[in-house]
Amino acid sequence: MSLKGKRILIAKPGLDGHDVGAKVIALALRDAGADVIYTGLRRSPDYIARVAVDEDVDAVGLSILSGSHRELVEETVRCLGELDAGDIHLFVGGTIPAEDRDALRDAGARGIFTAEMTIEDVVAAIDADLGG
Amino acid sequence: MSDSSSARKDDTSQPRREPPTKPSTATPSGIEVPTVVTPDMVGDIPAEMPGEYPFTRGIFADGFRGRLWTIRQYSGFGTAEESNERYRFLFDQGQTGLSVALDLPTQCGYDPVDPMARSEVGKVGVSLSNLAEAEILFDGIDLGSVSTSFTINGTASIIYAMYCAVADKQGVPREKLTGTIQNDILKEYVARGTWIFPVRPSMRLIADTILFSNAQTPRFNPISIAGAHVRDAGSTAVEEMGYTLANGLAYIDELIRRGGDVSKFAQRLSFFFYVHMDFFEEVCKFRAGRRLWAKLLNERYGVEDPKALMFRFGVVCGGSSLIGAQPYNNVVRVGIENMAAVMGGAQSIFTAAFDEAFQIPTEHSAEIAVRTQQIVAHESGIARTVDPLGGSYYVEWLTDKMEAEIMQVIEEIEEYGGVTKAVEDGWLQLKIARRAAERKRMVDSGETVVVGQNYFRRDDQDGGVAELFKLDPQATARVVEKFERVRDTRDAAAVETSLAALEAAATKDDENLMPYLVDCCHAYATVGEMVATLKRQWGEFQEPVRL
Repeated sequence: MSLKGKRILIAKPGLDGHDVGAKVIALALRDAGADVIYTGLRRSPDYIARVAVDEDVDAVGLSILSGSHRELVEETVRCLGELDAGDIHLFVGGTIPAEDRDALRDAGARGIFTAEMTIEDVVAAIDADLGG
Repeated sequence: MSDSSSARKDDTSQPRREPPTKPSTATPSGIEVPTVVTPDMVGDIPAEMPGEYPFTRGIFADGFRGRLWTIRQYSGFGTAEESNERYRFLFDQGQTGLSVALDLPTQCGYDPVDPMARSEVGKVGVSLSNLAEAEILFDGIDLGSVSTSFTINGTASIIYAMYCAVADKQGVPREKLTGTIQNDILKEYVARGTWIFPVRPSMRLIADTILFSNAQTPRFNPISIAGAHVRDAGSTAVEEMGYTLANGLAYIDELIRRGGDVSKFAQRLSFFFYVHMDFFEEVCKFRAGRRLWAKLLNERYGVEDPKALMFRFGVVCGGSSLIGAQPYNNVVRVGIENMAAVMGGAQSIFTAAFDEAFQIPTEHSAEIAVRTQQIVAHESGIARTVDPLGGSYYVEWLTDKMEAEIMQVIEEIEEYGGVTKAVEDGWLQLKIARRAAERKRMVDSGETVVVGQNYFRRDDQDGGVAELFKLDPQATARVVEKFERVRDTRDAAAVETSLAALEAAATKDDENLMPYLVDCCHAYATVGEMVATLKRQWGEFQEPVRL
């Protein structure tokens, strides 16, 4: 498994300040060979989409633990679309109740990850999705 | 792994493992524990009494016989009306103190109509944007007789000003107010993330609130120096206590610089921690921290008044020690943690609900959390005598060991150049992130046992609970509507005058901003307006992003 050559943006949209998961995943993806960029806290979907395009990333991972995942995922997808960047793969991690997951997938999330999954599985899923 | 057909299955992708047959030999902080602790390993156990320096055995001579701890459940969601109703429910169930959960826009200084706030109004707490909302939130609750805790940091000075203003409106004299604002910005930069201003003006605001509170609301705790969030973010129990005491010392230095008298203001410093699952490590963390704090204040600052040396703290049982897999097991975890908090001598306890790992608690789960404390308090008998574990070879050995290791954590920060520098550089943040990665690796690999998650699972195990909490989808709209009504009907000139006075005062470093903030609140200026005013003068914290 190698993410060598892949560029991934890990982002914290909205006001949620819980960044442990984002940082743990960012470190793991980097260990797996990816070039990882982390936005830091409190970024708007518009900002995240622009960074994703400017940095020419293959994937964006959104970390959301505030219960605002529906709105923030939909908004990020919309902003990426406006920048003709709909081909960038989107993943979501955080506190995502089971009953919300179909809606996130319908909105364009290609993987949904929660705290109880192993890091290995999360990295493997991203690797598989990016054709690694 | 993200197969939607298994919506009710849990997310654990762990293999089934052979159950471990022996306990681990080291604590989660990495302290290797002997098979048996013998008297010669402890040395002379001093005949120390509770209520006496250095307070290893507790700050009160009569422990909980004088007064039980405060049962204080963190709660708040949606609108002020809904939260007020939940508070009345919790009081009906025997809760003895209020703990207000605020939504992220309120915590980060955005009004509910701000584009940054839009999707987050009322989600993780109640929206409290101006005095009119506070009047609804505390309607029918006598602020002269109930103590209220606010988990608020970036906007702590504003929310505290609003609390004073509500008391004024209720006709309650300010000197009768009791409660706590968290007001611990240093750990926000490290772990919780609701910072607003740069470190230095933030430290000034904290000194302002403490000095104002000492004078105007002398029974109120204007700060609760909190290790809890650093702990939940990944640190060990030793680091949790070490970072917290280091932050406490940084606040003391700031207050002394501002002309405060440490023997006075130290009487109203309070602390807040997590209790996780390793029972004896948690008990000894509190015994060691309480003793070390008293010694540091006495030896470094010459404090002698016992009231100023007393380490008073609240705790939360739960957090990241609770999991989504087999969620009803969390009731047991919280019960054990609750007992550790009592054995450690906590002054107030919040027991999380079993579903709190993944949703706002329902009335049902919130009630079980309160009942847990009542069972521990009134059935278990453990509160009967002070420090019942004192004198145990193991407990005294581990207390000594943890005290030494906590001191090492403090010294490491001091050698780096102090807390402020460690935070501004992102050094502490990076340490926590690495620790979190390590903790996660140990769970993934099975070195740390988490029942129901990486061991003792069933193939068909259910990740859900019977009852889901649903936020009212109309709550945001109602909050916005109320906000606009206040904004359109208040005395605009009074708002403008009070905000202008605040801004002028913010430029003078030795001016206490609290009276200005109280004036702004009385004029129905909003949290977003006050924060924007201060941002104009001070700018915003630039987060050091290091991986």
